[in-house]
Order: sequence, then structure tokens, then C-alpha cells
Amino acid sequence: MRFRLTAATIDGADARRELLDLGAGGYASFEGWVRDHNEGLEVTRLEYEAFEELAVAEGDRIVADALRRYPIKHALCIHRVGVLALGDMAVWVGVSSAHRGEAFDACRFIIDEVKHRVPIWKKEHYRNGDSGWVNCERCATAPQHAHTHA
Amino acid sequence: MNAAPLYGLILAGGASSRMQRDKAALQYQGRSQLDRAFELAGRHVAKVFVSVRADQLHDPVRSAKPMIVDSVAGDGPIVGIRSALAAHRHAAWLVLACDLPFLSDAVLAHLLAERDANALATAYRSASDGLPEPLCAIWEPAAAAALDAYQSGGGRCPRKFLIGHGARLLDPIDKRALDNVNTPQEYARALNELKGAPAGDPMQINIRYFALMREQAGRSEETLETTARTPADLYAELTARYGFTLGEEQLRVAVNSEFSDWSHKLAAGDAIVFLPPVAGG
Repeated sequence: MRFRLTAATIDGADARRELLDLGAGGYASFEGWVRDHNEGLEVTRLEYEAFEELAVAEGDRIVADALRRYPIKHALCIHRVGVLALGDMAVWVGVSSAHRGEAFDACRFIIDEVKHRVPIWKKEHYRNGDSGWVNCERCATAPQHAHTHA
Repeated sequence: MNAAPLYGLILAGGASSRMQRDKAALQYQGRSQLDRAFELAGRHVAKVFVSVRADQLHDPVRSAKPMIVDSVAGDGPIVGIRSALAAHRHAAWLVLACDLPFLSDAVLAHLLAERDANALATAYRSASDGLPEPLCAIWEPAAAAALDAYQSGGGRCPRKFLIGHGARLLDPIDKRALDNVNTPQEYARALNELKGAPAGDPMQINIRYFALMREQAGRSEETLETTARTPADLYAELTARYGFTLGEEQLRVAVNSEFSDWSHKLAAGDAIVFLPPVAGG
């Protein structure tokens, strides 16, 4: 399993061990953290919800794509679900490879694809008491031809 | 005198406050109301246009069709009818509202057969109150000047215009043919009734809801007896029930835990998920 969902705190040091390889000259990782603001609003906490079966299948396909596209040794992505506080780690990506360039590139590829393809949804709760599903609420009231989800 | 050539004009005004979405885009049996009205009219007249306001010129639902753009001031259907009469002065117009899901070929054929080209218009009487139905009617070229004068005098209602101008009126041959659909509840009923016998027997479909869809449906899963045959039909049925705010074009659909498409043929026991725009990371 190259992509996992977890309701528990992500331990990057632990996950990193799965990438160790004597042929690897190094490893690159990315951590996504819960930020205290988004689009001008003060965020107090986040909720992530996933369609688990398809999220894991699609996440696995993304990591497999990365392993095909880049000459890397190992890659792993772990995504949190449930309620997260400010500063919590929402997603972790790690890639080990012989040389640093493709480790950075593959790491970037995986996080970008995960954000666009994996059926995981994020609800932001704001200081002002509002909340909203990111990419869903505001576009529902905008004119039909103005939507982009790029 | 020879009757003027007959063109079709589909009135599809726009955002409907009671339906809370664009009526022209509502789907029946996998096609939008606008497309259905277009095809229906096209079987009876030489050329069909959609009536649009200037601000709808680039609307994706409408702009693929030949358009008559409003060219006179004011609002409401009278503006669309006058603009069509002004755009083709020698044509008569079969004017149809797009939100008549029960309208049939037989009803249009009867209207055309009974047309009186010497009257300003030929229209059905309403099955409920006997008054003329201006939005399933033939408007003759001579109506242009009279409508102009009527609107200049402060008139706005094409039905009142027909009452006052001696239109030829026909008794309805199908009592519900001109029932229109204004609310999500009426839409749900129409969907059900339109899927009678030809749609086949109902089957059980399992639906799971996530995120915004879960909140709007008020549940995370259900098993439904439905005659929907595609995810597109099913989404229209569920939107009528729950008032989902996201349109089909904003969603993806999964069947049995794998991405699928809107025209996928559903089988009994399928598990469907409508996926709103994702936001991981």
C-alpha cells in the first residue's frame, strides 16, 4: 500500500523508515499542515472526509504513476481524516532515490496529483462561526460558466 | 392568403427563483428541458430558435443553439415574442415555454392543424381555467404591431393580450400537456410520471453521500427504488428531492467504488457516489 488514510497523528519519522534503501542517496518529504487562514478568513480547525475505497485506490495509482515517471526507489503518501487542529499534519509525502532531483520532483508530483484527484474533502471552520467545504460552497452560487477547479 | 412560414421559438428565460436553478438545464430522461423542447418543435417547424436575453449570449446551455436575442425593452415572455416577430417579419412563430415536460407531438400537431393564420394567434385554452395559453401558441406576423401597441400602453401579459385580441382558441386535447414545472417538488413528480412504462421496472440502487452532498441529503447512505437508468437520471431525481446545489458539471460519479461516467448503464445493486470537487492536501 503506497497510499494510506489515517485518523491518527501522522508520524513522519516512522513513515520515513519505510523508504530506507541502501541504493538511495537521500530522501525528500513534504508535510502539509493546517494553516490559520484561507482566502482572507481566519481558520480555527479543519475536517477531512474521504471516500475511503476510492481514495486509497486513486492514491495508490498516483504513487505508482510517480514510480513509473521518475527513477526513484520508494514513495509513500499518508493523508489524515477527521478533525484536525491548527498546526496538525494533514498529509505526508516521502520519496527516496539515488539522486536528490527526482526525489524532489516526484514528491511534488505526488502532492499535486493527490490534491486534484483523490476523493478527500476538506471543511474549514472559521473564527467568525462560518464553515464551508473547500471548492464546493462558493462555486455553487457562482455563474455556471465561471467554474474552475484547477 | 397563404399562411406565413412557421418558425419555432423556445422561451427559456433563465434562473428560476422557485426552482433555484436554471430551468432550461433541468434534465428529463438524460436530456435538458431546452434540448427536449428544441427537438419537439423541430419535428413540426422548419427552424427553431432559443429566445435569450443579451446577457445570456454566452450561456453554455443556450449558445449552441440558434438564438433570437431580446431587441425590445422590458422583461418577461412578451419581450421574447416581440423580438422574434421583429427579427423575421414574415414568419409566424410557434412559441413554446421550455418547462412543459408533458407536451407531446400530438398536441403540437393539433395546434398546427387548427391554426388560423388570419387571427393574431392560435392557442390552447388552459385545462384549468379556460384562459388562453400564450406559451404554447402560434403567433402570426400581424401580432407584431398589436403587441407593440399593447406593451407601449403598459401591457405586459401575453395571456391578457390574447384575451383582448380575439385569438383563435382550441380546447385542450390532453389535459396535462401544458402543466408546467416551477418547483423542485413539481419536477420530482414530473420525473416520476415521465418514467412510466417505457423506463422499465424500478430497481434498488445504493447511494453513499460525502461532504457537502451528505449534509445536503441529510444522510450518509440510502438504498433507493428507482427507475433511473443512468447516474445522470439518478442525480436529477435526487436533486429534485434534496435540492443539491452542485450541478452535474461540477461533480464526478463513482459506480462500485471506481470512477465512472454519467451515462453508465446502472444495474440493480450498484453502489453510487456523487463526488463533489475534491480538496485533499
